[in-house]
Amino acid sequence: MSLIEATIAWFTNPANWEGPDGIPARMVEQIAISGLSLLIAALIALPIGLYVGHTRRGTTLAVNLANIGRALPSLAVIGIVLPITAAIDPELGFKLYPLVIAMVVLAVPPILVNTYTGIAGVEPELVEAARGLGLREGQILRRVEIPLGLPVILAGLRTGAVQIVATATLGAIFGLGGLGRFLVDGVAQQDVGQTMGGVILVAGLALAVDGLFALLQRVTTSPGIRAQGPVGGATPAAASAPGVVSPGNAA
Amino acid sequence: MIDWAWIASHLDELAYRTAQHLYLTAIALAIGFVISFALALLSVRRRVAYGPVVAVSDVIFTIPSLALFAALISVTGITLVTAEVPLVLYTLLIFIRNIVAGFDSVPAEVLEAAAGMGFGGSQRLWRVELPLAVPLLIAGLRLASVSTIGLVTITATIGINFGGLGFFILEGYQRGFPTEILAGAVLSICLAIGADILFVGVQRRATPWARARARGSAA
Repeated sequence: MSLIEATIAWFTNPANWEGPDGIPARMVEQIAISGLSLLIAALIALPIGLYVGHTRRGTTLAVNLANIGRALPSLAVIGIVLPITAAIDPELGFKLYPLVIAMVVLAVPPILVNTYTGIAGVEPELVEAARGLGLREGQILRRVEIPLGLPVILAGLRTGAVQIVATATLGAIFGLGGLGRFLVDGVAQQDVGQTMGGVILVAGLALAVDGLFALLQRVTTSPGIRAQGPVGGATPAAASAPGVVSPGNAA
Repeated sequence: MIDWAWIASHLDELAYRTAQHLYLTAIALAIGFVISFALALLSVRRRVAYGPVVAVSDVIFTIPSLALFAALISVTGITLVTAEVPLVLYTLLIFIRNIVAGFDSVPAEVLEAAAGMGFGGSQRLWRVELPLAVPLLIAGLRLASVSTIGLVTITATIGINFGGLGFFILEGYQRGFPTEILAGAVLSICLAIGADILFVGVQRRATPWARARARGSAA
């Protein structure tokens, strides 16, 4: 049986669409753990990024911490957290926390750096003008800096979300659920149909999340900014990094 | 929590896996850079190519690594090719973006001056454009090396002959032995951060004018 036939056979087998290890259940697991991690990462990174971007206090510290965070291998983060949480809680410790913590650790840097960059990149004249109009600092942030920095901030959330979805598949290596199960089990059982089915589902979900955030970036960018060219759309993933991590900008 | 005796008695194996980690990374970076350089040159010379080239490498970059490794196991089996193809593919987006940005950073006046001095196409490329693109090339090398070092750990899922330090993370987990997990995790983090710091240093060395300029503008 060819690779393609095996994959089609796996997808069309009704048994693979039912029960706790069926495709819908695994998809829900993957999305739930990814969504939870993205939420936690955003709750940590957004306020810090907004604060640092607006006040310019702690810029070097925030950018350097984010750079270290960006350098951490995801599997290694899970590896560090796993023995610690396992010692604290043998029941759940080997399962959920290491993965969620790893995903948060990996998603915070891009969100933090982009939020900072988006806010700090707003033209100082605009902020001065807003101050001149009598807006308070909080109002300047909410009504001037956030709307203008939004495309870049969303680019950071996009990078973080894609990274989280990718890391969530690693959970399967450590006995967790999610779509990674099909990859790990498929390879272990030498079941080509299941493996390739998993590949399609995992890649499809990652691309869908990426596309969703790209759409969100487009919708929330005001037409005036959009006309000036690719502000947020051109800065996903690695693209935001070269400029941001170069020492010239960090200083 | 840490069994130091195990570490002391496994120094050979730790060194071997560290070396493996580095050569798996080096192969991917070398091949990835050559392919990216060709694609980036094409994109700089023929602008229409840039969009599609970046779009394709962006899609590849978005696909989770575990999926790409699993897909290749089904095709090329448990071989070095299975480990290296995804590693190379993931470097493309980073390299291409940085190389193109490097060439774009060369001011138009400089190009005109080079043309005025009689520099032809390839001469201008190697002697004017490339040296000026170096800071962004190194920035790309820095990002790609850190990212590849991280991804090499995941090649441990292919088989026991791969993974570099990631091997210890997986084997330690399977044996329920925290020391081994931590040894693999801590050492691979050290490699990633070490590579990052190394390339920051290289960048500084390779572009003395950047420091001079920063000092000048600060004064």
